[in-house]
Amino acid sequence: MFRRLPEIETATQAVSFTIDGRPASARAGDSVAAALLANGVTACRTTPVSGAARGPYCMMGVCFDCLVTIDGTGNRQGCQVRVAPGMAVETQNGKREVER
Amino acid sequence: MSAPNPKFDFDIAVVGSGPAGLAAAALAASKGASVVLLDEQAEPGGQIYRAVTETPVRDRKVLGPDYWHGAELLGPLRDSGAAHWPGAVVWSVARPREDAADGHRPIQIGLSRNGSAAMLTVRHVILATGALERPFPIPGWTLPGVLGAGAAQVLLKTSGLVPSGATVMAGSGPLLWLLAWQYLQAGARIDAILDTTPKENWRAALPLLPGFLRSPYLGKGMKLMLEVRRKLTVIGNVTALRAEGAIGGDSALKSVVYTRNGAEHRLPADTLLLHHGVIPNLNLANATGCAQRWDEQQRCWRPTTDEWGATSVEGVSLAGDGAGIGGARAAEEAGRLAALDALHRLGRIGREQRDKAAVPFRAALDRALTGRAFLDTLYTPAEAFRAPADDTIVCRCEEITAGAVREAVRLGCSGPNQAKSFLRCGMGPCQGRLCGPTVTEVIAAERGVSPAEVGYYRLRPPVKPITLAELAALPKTDADIDAVFKH
Amino acid sequence: MTATASFKPDVIVIGGGLHGCSAALQLSMRGVRVLVLEKDHVARHASGVNAGGVRQLGRHVAEVPLSVASMALWHRIRDLVDDDCGFESHGQIKVAESEAELATSHARVAELNALGFTHEEVVGRDELRALVPAIADHCVGALVSRGDGAAIPFRTTFAFRRKAISLGARFQEGGAVTRLARRGGLWTVETADGEKFEAPVVVNAAGAWADRIAAQVGEPVPLEVIAPMLMITARVAPFIKPVVGATGRTLSFKQFPNGTVLIGGGLLGRAVRDENRTELDFSQVSVNARTVWDLFPCMRGATIVRSWAGIEARMPDQIPVIGPSGTEPDLYHSFGFSAHGFQLGPIVGRITADLITGGSTDLPIAPFSIGRFAA
Repeated sequence: MFRRLPEIETATQAVSFTIDGRPASARAGDSVAAALLANGVTACRTTPVSGAARGPYCMMGVCFDCLVTIDGTGNRQGCQVRVAPGMAVETQNGKREVER
Repeated sequence: MSAPNPKFDFDIAVVGSGPAGLAAAALAASKGASVVLLDEQAEPGGQIYRAVTETPVRDRKVLGPDYWHGAELLGPLRDSGAAHWPGAVVWSVARPREDAADGHRPIQIGLSRNGSAAMLTVRHVILATGALERPFPIPGWTLPGVLGAGAAQVLLKTSGLVPSGATVMAGSGPLLWLLAWQYLQAGARIDAILDTTPKENWRAALPLLPGFLRSPYLGKGMKLMLEVRRKLTVIGNVTALRAEGAIGGDSALKSVVYTRNGAEHRLPADTLLLHHGVIPNLNLANATGCAQRWDEQQRCWRPTTDEWGATSVEGVSLAGDGAGIGGARAAEEAGRLAALDALHRLGRIGREQRDKAAVPFRAALDRALTGRAFLDTLYTPAEAFRAPADDTIVCRCEEITAGAVREAVRLGCSGPNQAKSFLRCGMGPCQGRLCGPTVTEVIAAERGVSPAEVGYYRLRPPVKPITLAELAALPKTDADIDAVFKH
Repeated sequence: MTATASFKPDVIVIGGGLHGCSAALQLSMRGVRVLVLEKDHVARHASGVNAGGVRQLGRHVAEVPLSVASMALWHRIRDLVDDDCGFESHGQIKVAESEAELATSHARVAELNALGFTHEEVVGRDELRALVPAIADHCVGALVSRGDGAAIPFRTTFAFRRKAISLGARFQEGGAVTRLARRGGLWTVETADGEKFEAPVVVNAAGAWADRIAAQVGEPVPLEVIAPMLMITARVAPFIKPVVGATGRTLSFKQFPNGTVLIGGGLLGRAVRDENRTELDFSQVSVNARTVWDLFPCMRGATIVRSWAGIEARMPDQIPVIGPSGTEPDLYHSFGFSAHGFQLGPIVGRITADLITGGSTDLPIAPFSIGRFAA
């Protein structure tokens, strides 16, 4: 669980996006992974190996645990993509289906 | 592919815009070389100066003066004329062919930017790929709610986010104390710091103390650590750790169990921040074919470099923590030295000019490295954390335990590369970044030989995953490359 | 290094790839004492990193009798090596993208039928889709070999090694053979670290380095060192069972049970064999990716996590060298499989053992004689 420091300006910097279809808000400059944590989402996927829950671990693009589907593209590193207005972020379960 | 007169897009590509990359690019470009600075992040700074241009944490005392020094590196970069390509993920650096004509030895860089891939042709590459946190494998470290201390620091720098709820920090090393201090300044909650520094490390480190006493960081570091110890609960001599979720479930962290003086204790926790120091981020150098060696003092693999950062691969040099951990100030100077040597190799400055210009940088580098041996020795993690117990996951991607690696060794697996074939260990998307050092140590201990003997993964491009669509759209002939890639 | 000191082998096998291990196993099964000398470690090169296709489909007609005999061994591979080697048989398919390509498939089946082989057949548009629902709309049919499949290369080679060792074979890894000489009916084999081994018989299964062994006995061969490239995706949900190739272009496409998809087919990188390394050529990787883009539209967003190349030997006529040396007695070759030797591994080991212990084989190996390259 993470919270924003009180002195941080968020009102003029708010970005609206969705997490699994639910409306959510973040701050401009947040990565998708940070935005998930700021919205109380610590687990963003289950693994394709055992189905265990995972969440962001390294926040610098090396661990690949914050993989999410962003605007339909799967396996994106949430910590390496900035959240954008209207972005659709989806958590991932197990192995991704290939597109049909 | 072996065109007699390849077109060069730039003289020098610098990969990574932390202190080493920023300093290298600025210096090389200021001497007239055409330089491109390639970086994954949207803003320069690397991890140590992450978000230094735009952090929402405006109260300078929270992140501290060492962080804000990073901003001073940006002006010279801007003035130098170097091209800065943020959001560029370098996934391959192909060494020059040894049969190419002299003076025409192109290095091809594969990169992705804005969802499309391209190949870039340059004469010289300076890798400034920095460091990553040493893997800290404990049971439960894969649970949501367990993060690296470095990750928590990134959240603070980029977004002004701090843990809420019960928070435990564990491990050892300067960054752990720095983060605790920054959280103190910001008013964030920390329930406890579990210090895993082995008691016996003090004995080994003590002879190195005189060097550390001359370190420019001694005063700062001590002040910071004393303040943290005064204001927070610090529990020392922790010899074992595990993270646990809800009973019967594995959905998220609920508590941290630690062992001290042989007895187990449990702390409720919503967030556990782990740290055992940093190690070189060497995947790109390794995949490029740069030779590397085991550093016993830092207990990690590091690419082999000369005093200018030149690697075993012609035209590829390495600067900063990616070549061995020295910290941000040392990285900056190493970047300048690598840039001077690249300019010399490209024929832009003579040897004497290079050597003369290097004098102040080398002196500053030596100053910045003073006392390093003491810190390396003191903060070497205990063996129980480097080669953990059988039930601990070491490869997070493929969910391979230390026990499975040991079992493979008993079946004839002699090193990390065979572990890939035996177990798929290290074959997930992180390409061994989070398991490589552990797998080396586990196999070495099980075989009773040194880590140097068991070796490390041979890594393969793309060092960062790319989509099939990106690959399919790459130019396929030299003519296509000329037609498509113009700048 | 002393494990082999007092061991007096009957046969020295040079090369610890699948073919060397298979020969070692078959010889050990007959009570022959075998020493395998491997310059790196077992399955380090082509045998450990190939695509794992177990394929009769589309083979050179000279190889078909061997391939059919090997397939029978693959279907009982556990009986041979006590491990299933990850072998799964869901068929191999060569897709035709046009009527003209389909016509060549029909011609191929007719050719094989005339020779008495019935393992390949042509399927039309509908059956292709039943076999491979994800195939692109433009594909009109395919050549199919239903008994084919795929296995896991490293695991397979290691299983052969393990079984050979259980039957008494010895393996010495980490020293390249530098010298080979025969005197008084005994071969002396020297390795780079200065060790010497002696045996009455030698098998040259040295893969991409086999020409150097052959040259030592005065029979140089035009072996080309190649580096076929492969790439693999992150895990995706299972969507395809057979291994798929293409008629008009280079492709090998298959999904492992764990969900990863392996893409290859023989597009070449660059091998630097003296340094044991390969370099990828991304303009060629891109050609491969483009083929998948065309044939499997569902794969366009898949993530490629790794690519690599193995070091292989290719002969000018694309078929291997199998059989006795043309210049020296008691030397047998088994190399040059030209990037499709994996499936032949089980049978060629048996052929080599037949030749060594009985002087002949019941399979037609004349086309693979090293004599075809004699000046």
